[in-house]
Amino acid sequence: MATNLRVVGALGMRSIRQTFRRPQLIAPIIVFPTLLLAIQTGGAGGAVNLPGFPPVQSFLQFMLAGAMMQSLMLAGNSGGIAMAVDLEMGFTDRLFAAPISRFTIVLGRLAGTAALGLFAALWFLMIGLVFGATIEGGVPGALLAIGLVTACAMAVGGIGAAIALRTGSASVVQGLFPLVLVVLFLSSAFFPVELMIEPAKTIAEYNPFSLVVEGVREPIVSGIDASDTRDAVLAIAGIVVFGLVLSARALKHRLRVG
Amino acid sequence: MEAAATLPAWRVNLATIGALMARSRNELLRVPGAAIPGVLAPTIFFLGLNGVFGALTQLRGFDTGAYESFIVPVSMLQGAGFTGAAAGVNLARDIEAGWLDRLLVSPAPRWVLLAGTVLSASTRALIPATFVLAIALLLGAGWPGVDGLLVTYLMVAAMAAVAACWGSMLALRFKSQSAAPLMQAGMMALILTTTAYAPLALMQGWLQDIARVNPVTEVVEAARQGFVGGVTWADTWPGIVALAGLLVLLGALALREMRRTGT
Repeated sequence: MATNLRVVGALGMRSIRQTFRRPQLIAPIIVFPTLLLAIQTGGAGGAVNLPGFPPVQSFLQFMLAGAMMQSLMLAGNSGGIAMAVDLEMGFTDRLFAAPISRFTIVLGRLAGTAALGLFAALWFLMIGLVFGATIEGGVPGALLAIGLVTACAMAVGGIGAAIALRTGSASVVQGLFPLVLVVLFLSSAFFPVELMIEPAKTIAEYNPFSLVVEGVREPIVSGIDASDTRDAVLAIAGIVVFGLVLSARALKHRLRVG
Repeated sequence: MEAAATLPAWRVNLATIGALMARSRNELLRVPGAAIPGVLAPTIFFLGLNGVFGALTQLRGFDTGAYESFIVPVSMLQGAGFTGAAAGVNLARDIEAGWLDRLLVSPAPRWVLLAGTVLSASTRALIPATFVLAIALLLGAGWPGVDGLLVTYLMVAAMAAVAACWGSMLALRFKSQSAAPLMQAGMMALILTTTAYAPLALMQGWLQDIARVNPVTEVVEAARQGFVGGVTWADTWPGIVALAGLLVLLGALALREMRRTGT
């Protein structure tokens, strides 16, 4: 157990260092979502005056959860790309040959992705506070948002890792980048569902990521809400289970085909 | 060989540019997936932004009731930005693979090598632009008229050239594909810090200030005019001037990097 934890910690640290050393990995996680947050807040900020828009202090406050979601999903995608690169370069083969549990290899990567999710949550909360957004839920609300974003990053990272293990190709995982944007646009990440246009509106209502977004957004815009938090936790749990099942199957496949 | 030696220099240069453009075209034909990211990203942005921010037209100050008409020229320009930046990434790949070194020892002038990359991007940008336009028209965007369409395509092609100069400059400076995010982010910032999402009057103060001084705002307005109203020379020439200025500036910087490379 202690050895496994040490392996997870070491691989997680490696994953974090790798991300911060490669601009092509850190840019999608921090630079693009920050840029988009600034532009959307400045360009579409008048949306808060639309009839039916939920009461918020500012559009920036509303958008913080969307920016965090974008960042964590891209962190999951970047984690998958890095894992696929490890497979292509033969690094993972060396890990497979080492006397460690195979699943710690995946967990190490997920720990790194979770840490990046944590970093993203802190980054965007800081940006929000610096530019005048208030966190209505106070410190507990901020901690809840951070916790949900971190957990969701790990959950999404599981799907990225599974695809990397299955395909072993960085370009295939990179090709999923647009899919991340699709999932985001078809959720309540950037706009209230009730004001979206069909068919995006209906899809967003059923998109589990909308539940996570609302769970992260509520503590920021109005305070902690038990039912939103419960729904977000359940949605994340569902994504975790889905990612773990996919990862386990992909790992088996990888070990079988070599 | 002898025949080539007797040809005037301008014809040899044109043939070289043509060969470099053919190489870029071959990539599209031989690697079917090569054009997909450039087409997919602006299309997703168009569909996503339209679905998400479509209700913004209910705000007073919008000059159209259809957000798809308002946003489609932005997505077409975004496609041009992505395509141009991708030309920079491809150049960085050529540098890493040693292909550019081989071109540099050829008798082709440096500007010809740069022109090949830039003109290829201009041509390739018409693919995502046409794809996004077709989707937008299917969704009910207004027909911009032949003159509006010509102006929009002119803006798209020139914007791709601007983006290719930017991407090439960074590729030649950093000599690594790791600079790709900088190429993409630079173009994204340039195109989106304009009246991309909303008219100037509805934007927040800081972005309004940036949009006023960002020359690409004129490009967006010129490309958009046919979709939201009539085409006028008064709305067209500022876009042409802005693009010409950007092309001269970024083209000169890219050429300077090209001249420094391999010396």
